[in-house]
Amino acid sequence: MTAIEFQNVSKRFPGAGRNALEDLSFAVSEGEFVTVLGPSGCGKTTLLKLINRLYEPDSGRVLLFGEDIRTADLVQVRRRTGYVIQQIGLFPHWTIGENVATVPKLLKWDKARIEARTDELLRLVGLEPEEYKKRYPSQLSGGQQQRVGLARALAVDPKIMLMDEPFGALDSITRGKLQRELLTLHRETGKTFLFVTHDIDEAFLLGSRVLILDGGKIVQFDTPEAIIRCPAQGFVRSLVDAAKERGRFWEAYL
Amino acid sequence: MINYLVRYYDRLLTALLEHLEIVLLAMVFSVILAAGLTLLCQFSRRFARLLVHGLSVLYSVPSLALLALLIPLTGLGKTTAVIVLVLYNQYLLLRNILAGLDQVDPGVVEAATGMGMTRWQLLRQIKLPLARKAVIAGLRIALVSTVSIATIAAAINAGGLGTVLFDGLRTMNTAKILWGSLLSAALALGADRLLALAERKTE
Repeated sequence: MTAIEFQNVSKRFPGAGRNALEDLSFAVSEGEFVTVLGPSGCGKTTLLKLINRLYEPDSGRVLLFGEDIRTADLVQVRRRTGYVIQQIGLFPHWTIGENVATVPKLLKWDKARIEARTDELLRLVGLEPEEYKKRYPSQLSGGQQQRVGLARALAVDPKIMLMDEPFGALDSITRGKLQRELLTLHRETGKTFLFVTHDIDEAFLLGSRVLILDGGKIVQFDTPEAIIRCPAQGFVRSLVDAAKERGRFWEAYL
Repeated sequence: MINYLVRYYDRLLTALLEHLEIVLLAMVFSVILAAGLTLLCQFSRRFARLLVHGLSVLYSVPSLALLALLIPLTGLGKTTAVIVLVLYNQYLLLRNILAGLDQVDPGVVEAATGMGMTRWQLLRQIKLPLARKAVIAGLRIALVSTVSIATIAAAINAGGLGTVLFDGLRTMNTAKILWGSLLSAALALGADRLLALAERKTE
């Protein structure tokens, strides 16, 4: 089943010289982990925000499980998709437990159900509920905060997870740990992930397919192996070469 | 001065109570109107900018002139005074409230919106609690300003401590001038302290 489909989607911001996204068409199957890779300003965040309707396309259609999201209820679309961003955006005046329970509370779940779900989610992201539930976001490290951000996005079991450079502000050790845990989470839940990053190592490590964007257009959309074996054009080749260069740098010290 | 207090304490007390009444009425209506305008501002940034600009122009009109302008419409007395005070307060309240709401971390707002909070839920559950300090700061400034501008209202027969003050000025009675100023200053300071305490209590 197709989870996410773009049909000739274009987006231009007022006052911009060119389209942020130019006639984009692609499909993501249910259960895939797709990473969106590209330099700053290539339109990758815009692409993500078109899916939970933080932006609306100027032309074309976005479909989630075959349904045009423009005809669906805005709030419903957003609650059915988990959203994790680099700035994390935890609510500083709420405890960790309250943060995780944000959407269940909006949906007016009863207290016992919220309580049980909060504990379950915190355990899922590796935080002991008894220890963390009553704390405030400022008392947690960056990595722990993003774990909470992830738990909060998973709260009502959305089928699609949208992640915008969620590990971009974390140190490399924490990032590596969270990347591995995210892969495990993906395997266990079978959810569809769309993960935006500018880090080629991260994109190729996490993605079952990688969508490479440049200047608002899709340059290549394939499995990591296929991209490395035959890069579509100069831009992708230079990305891959840069990654190989880094690899050689480290090998020199081993 | 003490003599004046002993002889006319009832007159001073009446003036003080009148003053308090004008201030309370003005503050209640100010807060209601400011809350409504804040809600309206959530729908359009352009509207918010224009509104605050308009209010700042209004705020720059001297209070005596604004009172005089309203007399043909609402006559002499308390009503006109309260209207003028409410109008002045809108600038102080709106500017502070909107600035406070704008200062909420954009990441927090984006996360909340992305999770499907409606505009109203975002305002009530996230933005207002996080802008609490700015809202209370606005209230404190508005309150102090209301207490002091309310003395001018005596010029249009609205009563209050201004009556004592203006009487004193007209008859060159130092005791009256001093009592009028001292009491309104004390009222302003006391009210401000009260709000400061309330602010700490709710933390």
